Parts: sequence; structure tokens; C-alpha cells
Amino acid sequence: MYTYRKYYEPYVSPLDPCPPMRVKSYETPPQLYMGFQPPNLPQYHPREALKQGTLWPALFAPYTNPYKGPGGGVDGGGENPDNG
Amino acid sequence: MWVYEKKLQYPVRVNQCDPRMAKFLMEQYGGADGELAAALRYLNQRYTLPDRVIGIVNDIGTEELAHLEMIATMVYKLTKDATAEQMMEAGLGDHYADHDKALFFHNAAGHPFTAEYFQAKGDPIADLYEDVAAEEKARATYQWLINMTDDPDLQDGLQFLREREVVHSQRFREAVEILKEERDRKKFF
Repeated sequence: MYTYRKYYEPYVSPLDPCPPMRVKSYETPPQLYMGFQPPNLPQYHPREALKQGTLWPALFAPYTNPYKGPGGGVDGGGENPDNG
Repeated sequence: MWVYEKKLQYPVRVNQCDPRMAKFLMEQYGGADGELAAALRYLNQRYTLPDRVIGIVNDIGTEELAHLEMIATMVYKLTKDATAEQMMEAGLGDHYADHDKALFFHNAAGHPFTAEYFQAKGDPIADLYEDVAAEEKARATYQWLINMTDDPDLQDGLQFLREREVVHSQRFREAVEILKEERDRKKFF
């Protein structure tokens, strides 16, 4: 299984002018992994699909501000809410 | 030809009077990776792509126009009752001097829209790869816009638009797969 968000720790110089962001993140949403969409994937109820923006849970990848996680800074998230 | 439905694809609600956010949202209105550029790019590709993938660019190009309406609605709501002073404080003084509250196709920095934002190469793989990249760039723009506002209603609309970029990217990737397929080979599911 894969995650929708990846993290890395960039080099921090003692001479950097701004307080360092020790962990940075980037998004890796599901379309990067799916290839040709397989037939007969589970579907949302149509009402819910209209709200989510997709008919398939396998393509639903909500985004949250990674710099406003529960503990401030980069969150500890990146889990895969519907595919896990 | 199109049939118009007099409603938005997804409801647009805005909580706070925030003309500054309207300025940032303009990136998706008249910016290089915005909805207008996307709609024109895809609808223009319909004529010269192989017929098996024309339906994809037709449908997605049409949906981008629906997204354009949503962005316009957000910008309109965020600025509608702002005073000239508030517009100036929001960095929209230049815009106000030329356009009052009228929307204009420019990006967040005020650069006017140009057709040079996108290409029509005529090579199907080159064009579809540009389409995939355009969707990922628009997805990224929506991420940064979500990071810039605390308004949960506005975030909700942006969240929907971002999810549609994900789905569109998936479909363009599949269009490439369709063109890669050996046509004489039988495919079983």
C-alpha cells in the first residue's frame, strides 16, 4: 500500500535566516499509482460522490494543510484514508 | 454546442469578506495553470487528437468551464461589498483602478491572460502529457490556495476542485494508455 503524502528532512544550515522547517512534505495522490483504472472498483453512493468529487473511494484523496497539523508544523498524517 | 444548466457544479459558499484571498484565487481564473487555460487547451485539442481520446478532452474541457464559473463566483463573493479602501489594502488597488469590481482574466500577480500559456503540438503523446502536467499543476495551485485561507466553506469548494484535478489527471493518463495499446490485440477483463 502507498501513502498520499511523503516527507523528507532537508539540510539545515546554522546560517539560515528563517527558523528551519525540519520536515517538508509533498503530495503523491492516487492517480500516480493506479495505471488504467481497474473495472468494478467499489463506488460511493451518488449523493456522496457528488460531494467528494469522485465516484470511487480509490481516487478520493483529500488535502489538508501540512503546515497546520495537530502539533503545528508538518503533521504526522499522510495515511491513506480510504484505501488502507 | 453546449446545453447550459443554470447552477454551479458544486455549491460555492464564502464565510469571510476577504478581498485579499480573491486576489490569490485569480491565479486559477486567468493564470497559466488556471481553469480558462485548461478549458481552451483541451477544447482546442479535440480536432486533431486520435478519435479514441477526443471524448475525454471534450468532456474535461467542458468541465473546466464549470470550474471557471465556480472560481468566478468565489472571487465575486469575496469582493462584492469591499470598499475602495479595502480593495487597496488587499493589493487590488491596481485592479480596482482599471476594472472596479469587474473580473478580468489575469493571474494573482495581475498579468493578463495569454494564449501562450498552453501549446497545441499536434503530437498526441506530447499534448496528452502536457494535459497531465496541467492537471498536476492545477492540483498544486489548489493546495497552496487551501493553505492560504482559514475559511472552511471556501476550503470545501477548493477541496472539491482539487479532487477533480486528481480525477482528470487519471483520465489523461488512461488516454495515453489507450494510445499505447496495440489495436489488433484482444483485451479481456
